[in-house]
This record gives sequence, C-alpha cells and structure tokens, in this order.
Amino acid sequence: MYAQMVKSEATAEDPQKLAAFQARIDAGEKIEPKDWMPEGYRKTLIRQIGQHAHSEIVGQLPEGNWITRAPTLERKAILLAKVQDEAGHGLYLYCAAETLGVSRDELTEMLLDGRMKYSSIFNYPTLTWADMGAVGWLVDGAAIMNQVPLQRTSYGPYSRAMIRICKEESFHQRQGYHIMMKMAQGTPAQKKMAQDALNRFWYPSLMMFGPSDKDSVHSAQSMKWKIKMNTNDELRQKFVDQTVPQAEFLGLTVPDDTLRWNDDKGGYDFAEPDWSEFFDVIQGNGPCNTERLAARNKAWDDGAWVREGLMAHAAKKRAAKLAAE
Amino acid sequence: MKNEWPLWEVFIRGQHGLNHRHVGSLHAPDAEMAIKNARDVYTRRNEGVSIWVVEAAHITASSPSDKGPLYEPSESKVYRHPTFFDIPDEAGHM
Repeated sequence: MYAQMVKSEATAEDPQKLAAFQARIDAGEKIEPKDWMPEGYRKTLIRQIGQHAHSEIVGQLPEGNWITRAPTLERKAILLAKVQDEAGHGLYLYCAAETLGVSRDELTEMLLDGRMKYSSIFNYPTLTWADMGAVGWLVDGAAIMNQVPLQRTSYGPYSRAMIRICKEESFHQRQGYHIMMKMAQGTPAQKKMAQDALNRFWYPSLMMFGPSDKDSVHSAQSMKWKIKMNTNDELRQKFVDQTVPQAEFLGLTVPDDTLRWNDDKGGYDFAEPDWSEFFDVIQGNGPCNTERLAARNKAWDDGAWVREGLMAHAAKKRAAKLAAE
Repeated sequence: MKNEWPLWEVFIRGQHGLNHRHVGSLHAPDAEMAIKNARDVYTRRNEGVSIWVVEAAHITASSPSDKGPLYEPSESKVYRHPTFFDIPDEAGHM
C-alpha cells in the first residue's frame, strides 16, 4: 500500500447534495472531475493520490541505486525498464490528482518540503543485489494487493490510473521473484543474501498496509466513499497468506517464530510489525528519509534551468511562428 | 510557481485500425516535447502506432449539469435500435 494513514475528513455541506453524492457512489457510478463532490472527498483524494504518486517517484531511488551494478546486461535492462515504469506510474497518478484542482508544481513542492508523505517502505536502504529481488517480490507484491481493488474506486481518473498501473505491475513482482529464485538456488553465499534481504524487508513490507484497523481512524469515511476498498488488516492478511508459500518454495524462512497456519480462519497467524518503528519512519527518522528527500530536492533544483529553458524556447518558437503567419 | 509546463491530453491509435483513444495527460513545454514525452509515458509496451496531443486548455467539454437536456432525448427513441422491430423468422436473417 503506497498510501498510509491518509487523513479523511467529512465536511459540513448541503445534506441533500451529500445524500445524492453518496447514492451515486453506492450505485457504483464513477465521479468525474467536473461533477459536484464534497470538499472532504476532494481533499482526501488529493492527499491519497498525491501520496501514492510521490511513493512511485521516490520509489525509484532505492532501485535506481542498483542499475549501474546489476549483475548482467539483461538484469540491468530489466531493472531500468522497471524503474522507468515507476516514473510512468507517478505521472499517471499526478495527472489524476491534478484533475482535483491542485497543480503539479504544488504537489511536487509539498513533497519536497515535507508537507506530503510517501510510503514508509522507501526509507529503507537497498544494501545488496538480493534486495532488488525482495523489493520486487514483497514491496510490489504488497502494492498490488492494494492497487487491484482500487481499480474499482469511485473517482474516475484515479480508477483509470490504477487500471493502467495494475496492467504493468505484475511484471515488477515477477521479475523480483525471479531474482530471488536465482539467488536462493545459487551458492550458499547467494542464498544467504536472499535470506538476509527477506529478513530486512519482511516487516517493513507488512507496515506498508498501514496501522492495524483498531488504530486506523480514517478508514470508515474513506471506505464509504469507496476511495479505500479494504481495511489495512484484511489486505495484510491476504498478503501474508499469499507470500508465505512463495517463501517456502524459495527455501527461505519468514523471520517470524510465531507464524502458524490457522485452520479456523483459513489463514496464517503472524506477528505484527513494530509499530513504534513505523511511526518513527513516518516522522522522518527512518534510515534513508534524509537521503531520499535530499535526492528529490537536488533533482528539482538541478532541473530548474532545463524547465525554464524549454519554456523560453517554446515561447520563442511560438513568437517566430506568429510573425511568419 | 507561475512557469509550469502546460498540460496536454494524449490520444493514441492502437495497432488494429481503431480510432485514436484518450489515454491520459502529461506536462510538456511544447507540442513537440509533448509527443516525445507521450511516447515514453504511454507507449512503453507497443500500445500504439500514432499519437495525437492537444493542449488541455484548448478542449471544450460539455457540462455535467447538461446531462439531462443533452442525453435524455435519445432515451425515448428506442426505435433507433434494430431490436425495436419484430421481424418474423420466416423472413430470414436480417
């Protein structure tokens, strides 16, 4: 889940309009940019889609870290394609957010000065090549869990962006798992690296779904509006149930002594991540928060002359064309 | 920020002779760059063989509040659909 703890707010508005709006959502109609919508719906969506977009963009950094050091040319080309996809996903989502009346530059500036967040997962470092496997398998796997149901979200542009993204996302998870298979079937040292990557990414991946439902204050309104389709705990359970057999297939051990199959609920019992660590990372104190934001700020500042130069060039060409007419 | 790149809407025609279809939007300083960016953002997997871009500011859209007057009149004209007419089987396929 790329959006965590998105604050949802109901706003005081004409009860008749609110009821008609809710009826449209309940009937499965899509809300489109020019339709009337409650201010709270609009604001919550900007926060959620914005956070999701920022996560795609910042998410390029931990993987970009390994492009120049990929073990083969083929792996390098694949990783490059994957990172390029993440940029594309960020762009689809920014466009969806912009239909709600916020500008691209405003969104970027809110990321850069810390007013908007991105997923906690991208504040962890990628220390070895096996981490590329673990990120694709676990991080993209967790993201897919959340994104598949969001294809049915009530806001048209968001839903369409999610449909595009989901089409492309499965490649990401499979390429990650493929790296894990190679490593797990490799030399003892390679298998150890794969296990180490799973150890480090397991709990941060579980945190991606956000805090437990009992502590998740914003869920009810967002679910009523169909901008959140499942609770955090539902998705986390689904993710664990899907992932544990995949780890077993790799011959790797999920770093959780309490992990047990529970016949009654038809799913695994598992240990919760350390939520104090999660809140700490969200607050900006994760291992890479400073580095990630510094990299985004540098890219934005270093790119300023290009953005301005291209605008000046476009204006000059427009003027020349007008003069020639 | 005043100098933001304008927004462009992107339309792509796929391989099979269908119409150009709206696929999304992007920011670019001019039309030429918009086409280049559209190629990178919207055709990474052979989605198309032709791209149109148009500056979003130049699009005029119908208003949602006009939905009634614009589209309701056609609801009462069921005879515009072939299934309105019962043709006996004996007349053969039509």
